[in-house]
Formats: sequence, C-alpha cells, structure tokens
Amino acid sequence: MSDPSSIHPSPAGGEIAIDCKRGLNEPSPLVPLGPILRLEQIWVRFGQRVVLRDITLEIARQESVAIIGESGCGKTVLLKTMIGLIRPSLGRVIFDGIDLATLTEPQLAQVRTRFGFVFQQAALFDSLTVGENVAFPLRHHTAKSDREIRQIVLARLAEVGLPPRVANQYPAQLSGGMRKRVGLARALALGPEIVLYDEPTTGLDPIMSDVINELIISTRRHHPVTTVVVTHDMRTAQKVADRLIMLYPVERLRPDEPQILYDGPTNQVEAAMDPRVVQFVRGEARERLLELQEAQDP
Amino acid sequence: MFSSEAVRPSKSGISRWNLEVIIGNGLARVGEWVLKTLEELGQITLFTASTIAWLFRRRPAVGTLWSTFFQVGVRSMPVVALTGLFVGMVLAVQSYAQFQRVGMETWLGAVINMAVIRELGPVLAAVMLAGRVGSAMAAELGTMRVTEQIDALTVMGTNPIHYLVVPRFLACLLMIPVLSIVADFMGVMGGYLYSVGILGIDAHHYVQNSAEYIKSFDVLAGIAKTFFFGAAIALIACYQGFNCRPGAAGVGQAATAAFVIAFVVILILDLALGIVIERVYLSLWPEGRKLL
Repeated sequence: MSDPSSIHPSPAGGEIAIDCKRGLNEPSPLVPLGPILRLEQIWVRFGQRVVLRDITLEIARQESVAIIGESGCGKTVLLKTMIGLIRPSLGRVIFDGIDLATLTEPQLAQVRTRFGFVFQQAALFDSLTVGENVAFPLRHHTAKSDREIRQIVLARLAEVGLPPRVANQYPAQLSGGMRKRVGLARALALGPEIVLYDEPTTGLDPIMSDVINELIISTRRHHPVTTVVVTHDMRTAQKVADRLIMLYPVERLRPDEPQILYDGPTNQVEAAMDPRVVQFVRGEARERLLELQEAQDP
Repeated sequence: MFSSEAVRPSKSGISRWNLEVIIGNGLARVGEWVLKTLEELGQITLFTASTIAWLFRRRPAVGTLWSTFFQVGVRSMPVVALTGLFVGMVLAVQSYAQFQRVGMETWLGAVINMAVIRELGPVLAAVMLAGRVGSAMAAELGTMRVTEQIDALTVMGTNPIHYLVVPRFLACLLMIPVLSIVADFMGVMGGYLYSVGILGIDAHHYVQNSAEYIKSFDVLAGIAKTFFFGAAIALIACYQGFNCRPGAAGVGQAATAAFVIAFVVILILDLALGIVIERVYLSLWPEGRKLL
C-alpha cells in the first residue's frame, strides 16, 4: 500500500483518495464529483442483536443530513460506523472513494483527520484545559508552531461564541452548552470536510439547543463541510438539515421491511406515507412544545 | 437454550428427561464460559501485542511520559517504603522467638533479608503498585471510555493505545524495579532496626550472617521479576479500563477487577518466575544454596 498521506483517487473512483497534509483552509482537491460518503448494505450486530440491517445510503458533498429516530434505533451506531469507530458486520463504508475496511489502522487514522465528530457529551479530555483540548488535533497532526496553534484555537473558540479566557479553563468548569461548543471547536480545528454530530442538543434547555442549532448552521455557512446530525429532536433536524433519514428499530420491523422508513427532504416529512414517520414527527413536535411551555412557565 | 421450567425437577423426583436437561444446561454453561474465557484471552493478547507494537512504532510525548512516571513512581514511593519497613520489622518479631530457642538469633538477619530481597520486596512493591496505581489507571481509563474520551481520541486520528497505554506501560515497567529496591532497602532496614535496636541482637553478627547468605544474584533476580509484574499490572489495568462497562458501576467494577486480577497474576508469575530463577541458579551454581 502506498503512503497514506499521498493517496489520491482515480477519476473513476476506484483508487483511494487521502490527502491529510492539506493546509487548513485549502479546499479539497476532489470537489463535487459524487457522494462524499456511501454506505453499502451495512449490517451491524452486537452478539445476537442486529442494530443496523441492510442500510444503504449516500451523502453528497456539503449536504446537511439529519438522522432521526427513537432511542435505541441505531442512530449513533450508524454515525460511528460512518467514521469507522464501529466496524460493520457486513457491508462497506466508502468515504471519498475509499473503502474504510481496506485501510490499515494508521491509514484509517489519517482518513479520520478529515472528519470532525461532535460527541453527545462533548467528550472533552478532563485533564486538559479547553485550549489544550482544541489544540489537541493540531498538535498531533500538524507541524504548526505554538503561536500558530494558539491563534487557531482562539479563532475556533470565537467561532463558537466563546471568549479567549475560556481557553485556560478546564472542561469541568464549563456548563453543558459551553462544553458542546468547545467540542465543536475541537471538531473544526483541523478544517474537516465532514462533521458528524451525535445528539448535539440532548440535555440542553430549548434556548441553548437553539444556540447549538445556529452554530451548526453557521459552521456550514463558513466552512465547506458536509453535515450529518443524529438527533431525536425534530426541531433540530428541521432547522439544520436539508434531508431527513428516519431509522426504525430492527426488532420492531417485519423481515421484509427496510430499516430506513423515510429518506427525503426535511420539509416534506409531514407528508410521508408511513404512519410511523408521521407519528414520530408529531410526537416529537408535541414534546418540544411542552418543553418550551415548561421553560417559559417553570 | 433450555427453559427454566424444563430444568425444574418433578415432584416425584428427577426424571431421566429432566436429568438430561440439567446435564445439557450444565454443559452449555461450561461451553459458554470456555468460549467467553478464550475470547477474553484473545482480546488481552491482541491488546498486549498492540501495546508492544506501539512501543516501538513511535515514542510517546516526553511531557506525558514524565507526568505518568511521576504518578506511578514518585507518588508510590512513600507507601512502598512504609510497607517495606513494617514488613521487615514484623518478620523480626515473628521469627525471633523461634531463633532464640535454638540460640541462633544472629541468623535472623539472613532469614529476614532473604525473604525480603527474594520475595517480599518485589511482591509487596508489585501489590502496592497494583492497588495504588493499577486500580486508579483502570478507573481513569474506564471513565474515559464511558465518557467517550477514548472514542474522541480515535476519531481525531490518535491511537488511544499509543497515547494512553504506552506511557502507563512504560511507567509501570521502569518504575517498579525502583520501587522494589526501595521496598527491599526499607525491609532490610526495618528488620535490622528492630532486631538490633529493640531485640538487642549483635549488629556485627547480624550483618555478617546476612551478607553471607544474600548474593547479588538474589537481588538481581528479585528486581528481574518486577519487570514482569510491572508489565502485567499495566496491561491488566489498561485492558480493564478500555473494556469498562457503561456507567459508574462499570468503572467501579473495572477498578476492582484490575486489582484482583493483577494480584492473582502477580502471585502466579511469582511462583513461575521463582521456579525458573531457581533452575537458573542451580545451573550456575550446581552445589545449590548454602544451608543455614
């Protein structure tokens, strides 16, 4: 196998495409030919339990997709499969023409630097300050000087609406919303091509949820990134995504039914033919309404 | 799998069919346990292989390494020294009456120092390290697993084994011989101080008899053992942390398991290495050890 940092795709999409040593603001040399991410007949099993069944989908470059569904339907598993954190039992994950299963661990690590991942609880390193957290990928994958890294860190923090003094604080000193913002700043540090959000608004009050939603939108506006948001919050999905994919728990499906109940434009989800989709959308909307009422009238 | 109803014996006693079900269930459980154990062993082997591969692939950051060395080595020093000191003194207390009866009090030093240098020093240092550092490592890495910090490292393209396990492995591997030397020294001192200072044994003969029976081979063999102990403690603790179950209970279980498994492994390794070391000794000095 050739050096992972210099592998490029053939126009036919057969050979591999990795260029992890790009400058932070350099656009990908592989602009909009085909999807950036393709999942082909993905099955994920944990022991006897099938979590993902025959999932096939494509995500186009700079598209914004929300994956919705009730708890336990496999949304987070799907997101982690996209980045190779979970290896599928069957099927292929193809990122920018590269089949992730064919890569060695160091090559996969290089490919992952082109992803940004915002975890549900931010997953900041407790022992490092906020600044060190955001600087972490820069220190490990670039040869930038401390001064340059500090500048990038402060710029990323400002982008997510955090003042420079936060850089010296530890994650334990921050609120949940601030931690998520730092998580986003860290995910953006290397200038990723695709950002995956795992339940970005879970555990936040409606106002802070809105702030995070706005940040996801502004990130798309300022960076040429593909966005994949996993959420069970319809408000977030409708606000940040152009396209909606609804998953359903495998154990409640008939053997011949597809696990993706809906895959289409966000604004047409109400007109979906499947009553389960409509029920989920309306149920979620009702819950959000109640939450808002509670927040206004505690 | 058989239903629980099926294994329940009938009122008239255990019928042949029920007996077959009970035996079948029992065999299924044993099979399940064997498979699970083999799977676990396979995973530990892969984890160890990966750690050793990363050890040579890329050097860990100096800053990370120093702070881990400090945590493992310097912070463990007082407790290891104290334990060694008291063990030496306790050995003197326990052995004195026996030796006094046959008028061999001055030989007490030989016995105490042999026990401390060959066995107790290295094993005590290892046990203290497993208790103080091993369980803390498992809890720390377990918390990182539960809060997805290990996944965060992976998605940022940093290998968690290289970043988290290798420094801890190196720290345990390289600091435990130092801790063992401290335990040895303090054990020897404890035995000497109690025997000479409190029991009134003649210092000159105590030291002379000790020197006669303790060879540098014993000191080196004791220290050599600690490398195995250190590696085992680090690998077990990190493996438990990495494979921690979700939640606070999972972290607690990982910490407990890290200590208990490491403790048992230390004892097994001590026996195995003791046998090997004795063989090596006999091959070097076929006349065997000097009798008291």
